Amino acid sequence: MYTAEFTYKKAGSISEAISLLQQHPDAKLLAGGHSLIPTMKLRLASPPALIDISKVAELRGVRLEGDHLVIGAMTTYHELETSDLLKQHCPIIPQAVHLIGDPMVRAKGTIGGSLAHADPAADLPASMLALDAKIKVQGPGGARVIAADNFFTGMFSTAMQEGEILTEVHVPVRAGARMAYAKFPHPASRYAVVGVAVVADGGSVRAAVTGAGEHAMRLSKLEQALAGKPLTAENITAACQGLLPPDHLNHDLVASKEYRAHLVDVMARRALMQAAGL
Amino acid sequence: MADKLFGKAMKRVEDPRFITGTGNYTDDMTLPGMVHAAMVRSPYAHARIKKIDVSKARSYPGVLAVITGQEMKDAGINGIPTGWLHPGIKTPPHYAITFDKARHVGDIVAAVIAETRQIAEDAAELVEVDYEPLPAVALGSDALKPGAPAVHDDVPDNVCFTWSIGDKAAVDAAFASAHKTVKLNLRNNRLVPNAMEPRASLAQYLKASDEYTLWTTSQNPHIHRLLIAAFIMGIPEHKLRVIAPDVGGGFGSKIYQYPEEIIVLYAAKKLNRPVKWTARRSESFVTDSHGRDHETVAEMAVDQSGKITAVRVDTIANMGAYLTTFAPAVPTYLYGCLLAGTYTTPHIYCHVTAPFTHTTPVDAYRGAGRPEATYLLERLVDVMAHELGMDPVEFRRKNLIPPDAFPYQTPVALQYDSGNYEANLDKALELVNYKALRQQQEEWRKQGRYMGIGVITFIEACGLAPSALVGSLGAQAGQWESALVRVMPTGKVEVFTGTHSHGQGHETAFAQVVADELQIPVEDVVLVHGDTGRMPYGWGSYGSRSAPTGLSAIVLATRKIIDKAKKIAAHLLEASPDDIVHEDGKFMVKGVPDKAKTFFDIALMAHLAHNYPADLEPGLEATHFYDPKNFVFPFGTHIAVVEVDPDTGKVKLLRYLSVDDCGPVINPLIADGQVHGGVAQGLGQALLEEAVYDKEGQILSGNFLEYTLPRADDMVQIEHDHTVTPCPHNPLGIKGIGEAGTIASTAAVANAVMDALRPFGIVHLDMPYTPEKVWRAIQATKPLSQAAD
Amino acid sequence: MPDKVQIKVTVNGVEHHNEVEPRLLLVHYLRETLGLTGTHVGCDTSQCGACTVHLDGQAVKSCTMFAVQADGCNLTTIEGLGSAGNLHPVQEGFWEMHGLQCGFCTPGMIMAAVDLLNKNPQPSEAEIRHALEGNLCRCTGYHNIVRAVQYAADKMAGKIGAAADD
Repeated sequence: MYTAEFTYKKAGSISEAISLLQQHPDAKLLAGGHSLIPTMKLRLASPPALIDISKVAELRGVRLEGDHLVIGAMTTYHELETSDLLKQHCPIIPQAVHLIGDPMVRAKGTIGGSLAHADPAADLPASMLALDAKIKVQGPGGARVIAADNFFTGMFSTAMQEGEILTEVHVPVRAGARMAYAKFPHPASRYAVVGVAVVADGGSVRAAVTGAGEHAMRLSKLEQALAGKPLTAENITAACQGLLPPDHLNHDLVASKEYRAHLVDVMARRALMQAAGL
Repeated sequence: MADKLFGKAMKRVEDPRFITGTGNYTDDMTLPGMVHAAMVRSPYAHARIKKIDVSKARSYPGVLAVITGQEMKDAGINGIPTGWLHPGIKTPPHYAITFDKARHVGDIVAAVIAETRQIAEDAAELVEVDYEPLPAVALGSDALKPGAPAVHDDVPDNVCFTWSIGDKAAVDAAFASAHKTVKLNLRNNRLVPNAMEPRASLAQYLKASDEYTLWTTSQNPHIHRLLIAAFIMGIPEHKLRVIAPDVGGGFGSKIYQYPEEIIVLYAAKKLNRPVKWTARRSESFVTDSHGRDHETVAEMAVDQSGKITAVRVDTIANMGAYLTTFAPAVPTYLYGCLLAGTYTTPHIYCHVTAPFTHTTPVDAYRGAGRPEATYLLERLVDVMAHELGMDPVEFRRKNLIPPDAFPYQTPVALQYDSGNYEANLDKALELVNYKALRQQQEEWRKQGRYMGIGVITFIEACGLAPSALVGSLGAQAGQWESALVRVMPTGKVEVFTGTHSHGQGHETAFAQVVADELQIPVEDVVLVHGDTGRMPYGWGSYGSRSAPTGLSAIVLATRKIIDKAKKIAAHLLEASPDDIVHEDGKFMVKGVPDKAKTFFDIALMAHLAHNYPADLEPGLEATHFYDPKNFVFPFGTHIAVVEVDPDTGKVKLLRYLSVDDCGPVINPLIADGQVHGGVAQGLGQALLEEAVYDKEGQILSGNFLEYTLPRADDMVQIEHDHTVTPCPHNPLGIKGIGEAGTIASTAAVANAVMDALRPFGIVHLDMPYTPEKVWRAIQATKPLSQAAD
Repeated sequence: MPDKVQIKVTVNGVEHHNEVEPRLLLVHYLRETLGLTGTHVGCDTSQCGACTVHLDGQAVKSCTMFAVQADGCNLTTIEGLGSAGNLHPVQEGFWEMHGLQCGFCTPGMIMAAVDLLNKNPQPSEAEIRHALEGNLCRCTGYHNIVRAVQYAADKMAGKIGAAADD
């Protein structure tokens, strides 16, 4: 139950966190800790230092800035789940978050921690892609914004560079958009075996899946199939067929590649039906 | 005197400590000077240990000792024996720390003792073991193949034992002349017990008196003391005290003598410091004895009239790498002898082959053999009913043992003492409204919804007895139970039992019965259990024996108290003992209610002995050793209703109803709770749980991220009722209820899922019914044009 | 060896100052440093919830936090929730409804249930089951745990009077 030894540093601000990261280049950032600490307890990871950024005030909270929502990286799942701003302007996030882990996990886990960790079975990445979110990161060289589409680059890997910290998530507000997340949870861990997020806005649909492959990805075949079409049960069912070829999908005790591919179709259909109110 | 407490849903007296966080579990304990153990475990299922270099670990600051198997063997510590022997059984040694080969993942190769647990775990990583990995075998049938790697050098064919029961010739003849037969190949999935409290052991050695104390997570501390004293360590039995304090669930997994208990005792003496070890859950997964793991060919024959004429079973029962304490009994006497179930089947034959494999040992897990028997029998019954075009309930009804047939001698040794199966079945059918359910199923099917209804009847033989019988079958233990009832001068009563409560609520239920018997307030009774230093003796709690065996002993001891109290009362009231009656909490002269003494009066005088019968011993306590005449035979009907989502294959439990007959119910709150938990565990086997091994003997579902324990949202509120058929041969007519839920629910849920899948033409799938397995089965039966739906 | 860290935490209303190793998990700090053994450890993968405590009023898994992360925080453990004779309605509910058997998961289960009722005072059965997703029980089949939470909700809403006999 004990992790290996490490040095603990608590950052009070983004700039302090960045400079601590420069002093301890092999350090890991500690956010909610619900991915990192379990791996450290099993000694699958033994970082020499942890930099705790969970209490950095400027990294917390949800606010509306013009046409988009700004979500601080250290905003917890619980805060996302109960945010009135999100419920009003971006209900898919509270809906997806409600299905993450359990209440204790949601009390500690953060959006920034989840996205930076880039677990292929994490729930939020699918919604980020479907929402066309922008992810702001900051490092010694300053800040930059990465589109969600370019953020997830592999299993547990992102477009962030050494020394950078994920600081904010920007989500465009789409009045009238219909959105939903459908998840097939792993029966034991409750991670997503497959989770599909859809955002339907006017005649276009953005859809993304998590759990299926090395990282969350857009379902472009589905998006094209529904482009310009009304979201009827018929159109949805017709579009949700063979969305991903099984060959490159994940496989484990719970789901083979073929079954995962099938679940992508089913979850896509269910998310769309829910979004369409059918 | 208050109303009788027997039958009252009294709140548990043990709960205040648990709900306020003041329970006392083994890992909660701290002793002065206590140090900590961490185990170095084999990552390989099978490997030769070429060399162990402990020097780095030994020199790590804070490390006090690194113990190897060779050291313990040289110190004269023997292997851990099994407690049940069959003719011809192979019992290769099971050393606490192995020194030649590792035989399963998690086999201990060294133990590190250090000042803190952190240091012990750090240093355990520094023990350098030079392993030569060897081919391994995980599946029982693979272990029996020619050329399979041997788990033990002196058992080259891996056959630990073979066993059979029944008249094979008669069974074969019945099959030859059968109207219809069905045959199923069944895999009974391997389970990990997963009591929520991980195992823990704390040992203390007192040099001045040469005495040891072991606090450990045990269901039966006396068995540990006996095994450690007589077989393993040679500690004189009176110099070893074993205490099982609050224990966080057992389900069988805490019956057994485990290596870590030997290691902490050895280390405590070696270092003259108390030594504690607590399992991490990932250790529990690979070291707590597992359950089930059968590969079976099961067949049933019927005659023209639809009566079952024969059942034939051939089972490979995986024993794992070593035999733990009761392993050989589980797939034999607790399994083959149960194959009559509730039916009049005249001819039954069961053959079992039990191989060693490079896996965690397999032993009794809640139900132990009986769930396996019930599962295969009830699957056969459903498949046969379908084959005959009969409703599965009507087929059962036709074959149930009628109420006037008791005592009923089965063809597989057991004699059922009592039963009323059809009345119990009818009650369940009425409560669930079976006809309406079948109609609803028909309507749903038209809408493309797949509901399944699983109805099963079962018996559970529990409270193994009498001792002479179990001894003749191979038990190396008695199966009687002891009780000591001690009345104090103030009339307060201590009751000592050899059974152990680790969730079953004995402190409440047993006290209710004692209070009734002695006609005193229940608050005046305390139950003491789990300490070899305090009770006469005990064989512990497992096999649903605590109430029928342990409580019966207590009742008979209280009756000795009452007999003696009557003599004291007679003396004080100047009457004949024959004229004293015990009523309304008083001992009074029959017909003269104002000539009476209270229990307190008697208790006090028994201790003062001032005005006392000349020929009577002072004091007021009684011991009773109770050896039952027979097993007890609870039974019942369980009904599961499920829905299968054909899109994903996911099975959802819609309803669960059980009608159990455990005889008179002492405390319905507790008895019902036992059923609820048992049902969840059985449902876990049917839908969720499986210890999956790969070909190399690595467990792939070795933590809660991969091994699915039922969670709150996997369950529904359980509908539950009773019928009452008393046991004719114990003082209260009581039977066990601890395992019934698990014995019944696996089969009920399995039959429900298969019933749901009937429209697809699916006859049988192996458990657990995981979504992909069900989805694939559906896909395989669909015409290609529909498969894409 | 990395430097120890000075922390100040308030546990069940009592302020504690300790120097701790950074790697000391909060649950071990509670159990071993403070002797509050009511909080249990049931797994090593953050799944079972036996270690659930309240951190600044919210349920968390104390096995998935380092003690240093709780610096400056207010903690409540099962020992601080209520005591015999003055039970929290959820504790009372678990007792009345037989919501526990072996008692090992119970402290975590109770702390999670209190957290639920703090956030949602009148949960449906489905909401109770969803909220207890992070707490494993092997004994009860959750049946009486659900009833215990329902009892507590009713009690807190004033629908139930004083418990019969405690």
